[in-house]
Formats: sequence, C-alpha cells, structure tokens
Amino acid sequence: MAATKEEIVSGLADIVNEIAGIPQEDVKLDKSFTDDLDVDSLSMVEVVVAAEEQFGVKIPDDDVKNLKTVGNAVDYILAAQA
Amino acid sequence: MTSKIRPSKGAPYARILGVGGYRPTRVVPNEEILKHIDSTDEWIRSRSGIATRHWAGPDETVAEMSLAAGGKAIADAGISASDIDGVIVATVSHFKQTPAIATEIAHRIGAGMPPAFDISAGCAGFTYGLTLAKGMVTDGTARHVLVIGVERLSDLTDKEDRATAFLFGDGAGAVIVGPSDEPAMGPTVWGSDGEKSETIKQTVSWEVYRDTPAGDVRFPAITQEGQSVFRWAVFEMAKVAQEALDAAGITADQLDVFIPHQANMRIIDSMIKALKLPDHVAVARDVETTGNTSAASIPLAMERLLATGQAKSGDTALVIGFGAGLVYAATVVTLP
Repeated sequence: MAATKEEIVSGLADIVNEIAGIPQEDVKLDKSFTDDLDVDSLSMVEVVVAAEEQFGVKIPDDDVKNLKTVGNAVDYILAAQA
Repeated sequence: MTSKIRPSKGAPYARILGVGGYRPTRVVPNEEILKHIDSTDEWIRSRSGIATRHWAGPDETVAEMSLAAGGKAIADAGISASDIDGVIVATVSHFKQTPAIATEIAHRIGAGMPPAFDISAGCAGFTYGLTLAKGMVTDGTARHVLVIGVERLSDLTDKEDRATAFLFGDGAGAVIVGPSDEPAMGPTVWGSDGEKSETIKQTVSWEVYRDTPAGDVRFPAITQEGQSVFRWAVFEMAKVAQEALDAAGITADQLDVFIPHQANMRIIDSMIKALKLPDHVAVARDVETTGNTSAASIPLAMERLLATGQAKSGDTALVIGFGAGLVYAATVVTLP
C-alpha cells in the first residue's frame, strides 16, 4: 500500500535523523537537505537508498541532484509510488 | 578414450607469503592542495577523510616504486628473487601501453625471464592480480608470483578540480603468492558493470593528442561522478563483500581484518555499516595519510596494518577492490 504524504515526511525525518543526526522535528517540507539539514552530497545518497528501501521506489542517480528540499523528495516518492 | 595431454600439476592451495610497500618521500598536506582550489581543509576531511597523501618525485617512477615494494615483499616472504616465476603488475598510470612494465621489473628485480604482464583493472587491479596469481600457483604454471599494484596518480590529477584534486596519491604495494598446504585464499567474487563505464574515467583519450596541436588540450586526468560512485561502492560492493565471505565460509564474527580499497573514508565507514561488521574487526584506514592510490591501496594498507600491529600474521582478512570499469573483486585471505 502506498504511503501518504504525512507518512513519507515522517519516514524521511527518521532517515535523516539516523544518517545526519538532525532532530526529526526539523525535517520540514521547505528545508534544503544541504543548506538546512547538514546532509552533504554523499549523505544524500544514503538518504536516497534508505528511502528507496522504505517506500519501495527507485530513485536513479540522475534524479538525486533534483531533490533539493524535503518537499522535492516527498513529491518524487509520491509520484514514484503511483 | 583417454586424453593424451598430460595435465599441469600445481600446489594444492595458494597463499600470500609476504607483503611490501613503497610510499614516496614527499608528503603533501591539504594546505598545499588548497593553493589551487577554492575549498577548505575541513571540507576535504569531511568528504574524504584524507589529511595527507604522498606524491612521487621525478626519480620515483612506476618502475622504481615497484622495485622497492617488490624487493620488500620478496624479503618478507623469505624467498629469493630468483624463485619468482611470474610477475603481474596492476596499474593505470604507467604511460607506455607497450611494452608492459612487468617485464622490466621482472628483469631488474632478478627474477630472470618469467611470464610477466600488466593488467588494467582500475582500483580492482590488485585483487584481479591476486586472483590470477592464485590460479597460476594452483595450476602449476608458476610457484611464486610477484603481484604489484603501482600508481603515480598525481600525474593524472587535475590540480584545479575541487572535486578530485585532493583525492589521489602515489605509491606501490606488492605481495608474493606461493604454494600452501592448507586453504589460505578463498574464492574470488568478481565482475564488471560496463553500463557504468563512464562513471570513473580518464578525461581525454590519448589519440586526441595525435590530432591536436601541442598544448591545445590539457593533459588527461581522472574524473568521476561522485554520487553514482559512492552509491555503487557502498551498497553494491557491500553485497559483493558479503558474497566473498559466504563463498569462503567465513562469518563476520570469524573475520579479523577488513581491507577495502582505500577510495574514501566515507565509503569505508558506510561499507562497515552496511556489512554490519563487529567491532573486533580491524579496518584499514590508510586513506587518511595515503589518499586513494588505486591498484596500490590494498597491499599498502595491508603492509601498514601488519607493521603497526593492528593485524598479525595468520589473521583472516576480507579484501575488496573496486573502481573504474566499473570492476570489482573480493576475496578472503590469510595474512602473511
């Protein structure tokens, strides 16, 4: 069953917390992974792979660079689930 | 019908008998790298874990570094140069495509006229060579094979590219593979992924220089797609490493040492997590002071772990090489 938008945000918050040590409540739709959440380009790969596993989607390398904010990632996962 | 061909008869098993390394004299700190790129020491360390690397001087050629490392490996193995009957050199930074550098090394090291050849398998070159050497010893076509990984990657570094200027180093590492009465080298899990052949590459092909006026094209450098390489190295290579453990019948608990190709500390740290290696496993972190030396990185790291007492002779070690190609090879060995 596809995850809802809220479930994806919450899941990403747990992943970012696990990988970058950022408190879950800081992971909001408008936050930039690199500028606001201390997720550098390599950590971003770990976030993406964890998200792929959790939400059962594929996020190719070429698309990773377009995921600037948490909102970008949530929208991508929602569309990929459909 | 019985075949008339008499088969070759090799040793029952093969093992690494000795290891040696050569690190160029000049140590290059991040401060020197930062003269040419807009970056910081903190950024370089956080992305790569690299603080210093060795860059070879004019006299520290691919051949000279190979001879130094090979000589140490011969001494460590307790054999004579004349006992060597096979020489394999893995490198991507020997600038003559022909002849192979291996024949010159075989001759100059005193091995006589053994079979000698170079292999091009990027950062997996050493583990590819190790696998070929094991086959030669157990097949009986050689008894003591000198396997060398050697690079002068400073020659292939774009000093003005902030993504790679800090990454590479120079050096040579060597081992002797010889006969053993008991298993000391597990099955190799190896392969390639040519769909990703553009992910790590030399920027310019040599033929361009034939067709272009001198000075118009910059000398080639090694370039890579960082995120793609990182994903492949961590997540695909962790699976390969696990397959090598399984193939050798070794559990993570039974493992003493982990020697991954020294590409980047972040890759090493993430691989440890993905493999769920227990704390007792000693991990090679030579990249901090050696940089990424491609084919030389695993034997250099192996020598340092043994020299510093972090690992000891007889320990069970998982080695995995991976890099441009993309290619990979992993196996479990008993340390010399």
